[in-house]
Amino acid sequence: MDTRVEFAGLVLKNPIITASGTFGFGLEFMNFGDLTRLGGIVVKGLSLKPREGNPMPRIVETPCGMLNAIGIQNPGVEAFARDKLPLLPWRETAIIANLYACSAEEFGDLAGVLAGEEGVAALEVNVSCPNVQSGGAAFGQDPTQIRKVTEGVKKRAGGKPVIVKLSPNVTDVALCARAAQEGGADAVSLINTLLGMAVDIRSRKPRLANVVGGLSGPAIKPVALRCVHQVCRAVSIPVIGIGGIVSAEDALEFILVGASAVQVGTANFLRPDQAFRIVDDLPRAMLKARCTELGELRGGLSLP
Amino acid sequence: MVRNCREVKVREVRFLGAWDEPSDFVELTLESPGWAGYQPGQFAMLRPKHWGLELTWGRPFSISRADEDSLTFFFQVVGRGTARLARLLPGDEVIVWGPLGNGFSSPVETPTLLLAGGMGIAPFRGYIEKHPTPEFLRLVFAHRASIDSYPYQLLSDKVRAEAIQEKSADELPMIIERIEREVAGAAGGIVLACGPLPFLKTIQASAKVHHVKAELSLERSMACGVGACLGCVCKDGHDKHVQVCARGPVFLADDVHL
Repeated sequence: MDTRVEFAGLVLKNPIITASGTFGFGLEFMNFGDLTRLGGIVVKGLSLKPREGNPMPRIVETPCGMLNAIGIQNPGVEAFARDKLPLLPWRETAIIANLYACSAEEFGDLAGVLAGEEGVAALEVNVSCPNVQSGGAAFGQDPTQIRKVTEGVKKRAGGKPVIVKLSPNVTDVALCARAAQEGGADAVSLINTLLGMAVDIRSRKPRLANVVGGLSGPAIKPVALRCVHQVCRAVSIPVIGIGGIVSAEDALEFILVGASAVQVGTANFLRPDQAFRIVDDLPRAMLKARCTELGELRGGLSLP
Repeated sequence: MVRNCREVKVREVRFLGAWDEPSDFVELTLESPGWAGYQPGQFAMLRPKHWGLELTWGRPFSISRADEDSLTFFFQVVGRGTARLARLLPGDEVIVWGPLGNGFSSPVETPTLLLAGGMGIAPFRGYIEKHPTPEFLRLVFAHRASIDSYPYQLLSDKVRAEAIQEKSADELPMIIERIEREVAGAAGGIVLACGPLPFLKTIQASAKVHHVKAELSLERSMACGVGACLGCVCKDGHDKHVQVCARGPVFLADDVHL
């Protein structure tokens, strides 16, 4: 069984990448599995300066999923490069930095800082985080802005692949994907969380301090598959599928509709070794899908 | 300390008592996940294998006691997760990851006052069992439900202990006053506390006034339990968000905002 994938200049030993915000800096999971077995790790969203994030409460469990409004709490890009990156097995596993900023200039500056980091395999641009009112949401919902930010990051990325992470909270996600492609993105990843809300009838308050938050988990998988399907038909750059993947079969579903790789997010909360279990289980699922390498399955969806 | 994620079988589920709202008190004993050890005050995340996908997260519980053979938790039914945990049967498989977080300090030959509020008694069972000089420990237990709903007897047999029951809301000021007096009297030693938020706030304020060293164990909803999701943060003494799961759950009273 050959689980390798190659796209956007990346060579991964398998298509299973852990998603930003659900796997910390990877180091938190070292006791639960061998990080070098993962195809890649997208680290927690990084900003130029440290961020404290949103007030509590920040998370709510919902049926087959959860809402979060963390607000990109992170120690800043420099602390990441200094304290976290050297401890990660970046020679064996692709470490992808997730970038969060509130202006096109800041996105460019972030890319500039990371361009010189040997341990960073690629940059993922978060234009779709719905949690910070003044932030990414505005970029991610406007194709012109997506293009501009992508161009800016690409210029400063020092040749590192640039992945643009797209929001599903738009009228036409394919339009956004095309904008990223026109801006020079090497790949797009989708979907980020769906904007949602939960309230408490006893206290008559929202369950998140931020009022609204991002819905993730198995509940959103059908929406994610639909979006990935539409985007794969709209762009020629590689697509990374994200949204509710909890098993190797789920991962193969996204590859079937055309994804080059996938990200596993909320499943990391089902149990801390879930991403590793999906990697272990992939050959068995491939056998079930009657393929010996992923290229045989990719984009092979037979449409009526 | 090495942490891991294991699948173990349920040994016993015991109902200690019923209560209207929230609901029943349950003691859950699992096979040992083979941990090298744990520090009382640490917690573990539990997720029965048969849960499927409807419930997304495991559930965090303070480790009540552990030995080479078994691992015991004490919890109250408060929601969907605990209701389903209470219906586990012997032989059912549970995914356990831990031991997580930091735990209480156990200074030897130091007068140590254990203040437990309701369910907050859970970690003190193992704390007392493992303590090298239990003759220096004293437990004060504030509770609402009948005393046999809690594993109190197991603790009071081993250390000096006193239970105070809040039979009605009118009695609350009297209990608060009592707790404040206990903290004041603990100067020179250490106070370890676990219980509901207002209980911890009382202890924190009193410890500050009387310059008593105190450690408080916090309770939070958690998704990962390992410091990754940042969903369980509190503010530390420098007003910075820190994860209760990874940097706590036990905090020095003068280094945490409640």
